[in-house]
Amino acid sequence: MSLLTVEELGKTYNSGTKVLKNVSFKVEAGEFVSIIGPSGAGKSTLLRCINRMVEIDEGKVHFDHFDVGNLNKKDLRLLRTNIGMIFQHYNLVPRLSVIENVLHGRLGYKTTLQGVLGKFTELEKERAFFLLKKLGIEEHAYKRCDQLSGGQQQRVGIARSLIQEPKIILCDEPIASLDPNASKVIMDHLKSITLELNITCIVNLHQVEIARSYSDRIIGLKKGEVVFDGPSHRLTTDNIDIIYGTENRETRELITV
Amino acid sequence: MNEKVMRNQRKKQTIIFSVIIIVLTYLSANITGFNILHGIATLPEAIVWIFSNLYITQESLEKLPTILEKLIETILMSIAATTTATVVSIFLGLMGSKTTGTNGVMGVFARFIASVSRNIPVVAWALILLLSFGQNSVTGYLALFVGSVGFLTRAFIESIDEASLSAVEALRATGATYFQIVYKAVIPQCLPQMISWILFMIETNIRNATLVGILTGTGIGFSFDLYYKTLNYNAVALVTFSIVIAVIMIELISNHIRKVIL
Repeated sequence: MSLLTVEELGKTYNSGTKVLKNVSFKVEAGEFVSIIGPSGAGKSTLLRCINRMVEIDEGKVHFDHFDVGNLNKKDLRLLRTNIGMIFQHYNLVPRLSVIENVLHGRLGYKTTLQGVLGKFTELEKERAFFLLKKLGIEEHAYKRCDQLSGGQQQRVGIARSLIQEPKIILCDEPIASLDPNASKVIMDHLKSITLELNITCIVNLHQVEIARSYSDRIIGLKKGEVVFDGPSHRLTTDNIDIIYGTENRETRELITV
Repeated sequence: MNEKVMRNQRKKQTIIFSVIIIVLTYLSANITGFNILHGIATLPEAIVWIFSNLYITQESLEKLPTILEKLIETILMSIAATTTATVVSIFLGLMGSKTTGTNGVMGVFARFIASVSRNIPVVAWALILLLSFGQNSVTGYLALFVGSVGFLTRAFIESIDEASLSAVEALRATGATYFQIVYKAVIPQCLPQMISWILFMIETNIRNATLVGILTGTGIGFSFDLYYKTLNYNAVALVTFSIVIAVIMIELISNHIRKVIL
């Protein structure tokens, strides 16, 4: 059985616009999948349906042994501890230190009281420092997050998701606010997570070239529908034209470079 | 050409705006029978009266210990009203905020409480509460408390909304529970603004407490009222002076605290 199965998923927001239509795909453990598509195609909504940050309207999402659409509060929490998430704007608590932000990733495993009091075990703290070291930001552990650069903050975000010991990491445009160098560092880390730890990554991206060079597989989304799904090397310029609705060479170059 | 047209338009707008203000001022003065010129003309007389009556004498200084005692009572009451109001407001603020509100009914309820208690002035609260609680310090405390709850709830809702949306989303995605999110993301992020608002509320309450005290017969307001009605203007001057000093001191202290935490 696949790690993640999305079947005929549909989502309509209150305003009546259908953001996702009949989306189906499967993701195996250890895959690195990119989702590309123009703004407003429903990429973020699709990711958030997987850990039910938005409610599922139609269809089914199966993750591991969870039926994501039909979970009670306790199981939903359990599901979310198994799924890491990385955001475009890092979504850290800026006034807290790096290490505190990383340890937030363990809250899903704790009782409310343990979490509120901040009772983390020595093992968890060691693990947090180990991850920071691996990501190359160990020396910033006690700094406040708002003193870090964008790339460093995103690495804190990655550490926070890794300490959850997730089976899958959802990345919502992880490099959209970063410069090319920092972007490369972040993408390299995400890639090595998949290769070394066998954690599945699903990444929303705007840069087609990056998607092509890093991912095993690309899913193209347009107006809420899957218009391409296949290995990265099979993504042709024709496919890109269909996904982005581009016809002339100039816009295509803008997208792919 | 275009620039000229725009400039002319601006000019026209300014003239129309000024005319409207002048007409409004004239109309309201006329209707209420208030004469601006007369008001300004009596100003020198008032100043002369203030300087010839409101000064501190040796005799009035003897009343200083009683006045200070009342002043401290007033300050402490303002602080107590603010701190207790804070506890209620944090709860209402969390309910009323879009990021941390758990359900719609509670959110509407919180915002309703906030706007009712905020839009009725503290003095009006004092008068309303006087009917049921009588002239004592509980009434004064409650009036300040109710006003503070309204203001602080509103301020907290805004602080929470603007400060923590993204971090709340992230922690929700890790499987954290509601209270974990509140304690680990919302409170740490909003605390400086919250403390700043609380300090502001304490300052405001000390000012209001004087007025409320006149109505409820407690604290420094009572001393003011008493000396004023017994025509002991020197003592009134001393009371006013000590209030001013106290307010300035509190403001300096809270400004310093703000600088440290923000």
